[in-house]
Amino acid sequence: MPVLARWIEAAGIPTVTVTMMPAVAEERRAPRIVGVEFPFGHAFGMPHDRAMQRRTLELALRVLAGASEFGTRVDLDIEWPVPVHDAYRAWQPKEPSPIVRKMLESRK
Amino acid sequence: MVVDSYKFLPRSFRPFYEGRGPFPGEDEPVWAPFEKRLAESRLAVLTSAGMYLRQSQPAFDLEHEQTHPDWGDPTWRAIPASAGAADIGIAHLHINDEDLLADPEIALPMHLLHQLTRDGVIGSTVADHLAVMGFQDRRLADWRHKTAPELVNHLRDQSADGLILAPA
Repeated sequence: MPVLARWIEAAGIPTVTVTMMPAVAEERRAPRIVGVEFPFGHAFGMPHDRAMQRRTLELALRVLAGASEFGTRVDLDIEWPVPVHDAYRAWQPKEPSPIVRKMLESRK
Repeated sequence: MVVDSYKFLPRSFRPFYEGRGPFPGEDEPVWAPFEKRLAESRLAVLTSAGMYLRQSQPAFDLEHEQTHPDWGDPTWRAIPASAGAADIGIAHLHINDEDLLADPEIALPMHLLHQLTRDGVIGSTVADHLAVMGFQDRRLADWRHKTAPELVNHLRDQSADGLILAPA
């Protein structure tokens, strides 16, 4: 996804990447980054929590419009309101994805 | 506060992401200045959660991925800003889709963006936002040569001044 942001940015359209892995987005050289400590699939926050989603979106807009240089990263200061162990399990698919299944089988 | 990028990632997946550096050939800075005021700008959002319109669009191709685990559907979908949760399907084998189906705004906040238009924070939104399926072949050849140029054309057609990308 950071690479996709780079290609779109290179075509002249400013981008910001809102991601739960901002360190990876930095390594992949995304132009503007907002880091969120949220489980996968939840870039803007908890379902139906419009206040949390709005804080995330407004930070993304500020970074998009106000970052002065390439590689700007700002992290959102919100703690996920679910215990880590539960949230860690909740985001994962019920069945392992095909690539994970392949990896698990190769270890047997 | 500095986000822990690996807080929710299974430990065995971490080496696939951490310390791998830039994508080959993608280490130079790229920069398009954001020149307008937000209140005069038109914004678009893109999700990689594999969203599609149940009634009128094909789902992302998960059957092929089941038999070719290294491959992910590289196509994209235009999601109308007016679409509601009931209109949206999710095709993504790498995440639990329950929360996304209950409230697609957590990945593609189209209605919230529209609310920001009414509140005068931004000028407007595009008519059609964007969805891809984030699990891709590692070389990203289809995304580079076909999907990305099509997304750029779509954003230009819709006069987007900026794009918010949200990996799933």
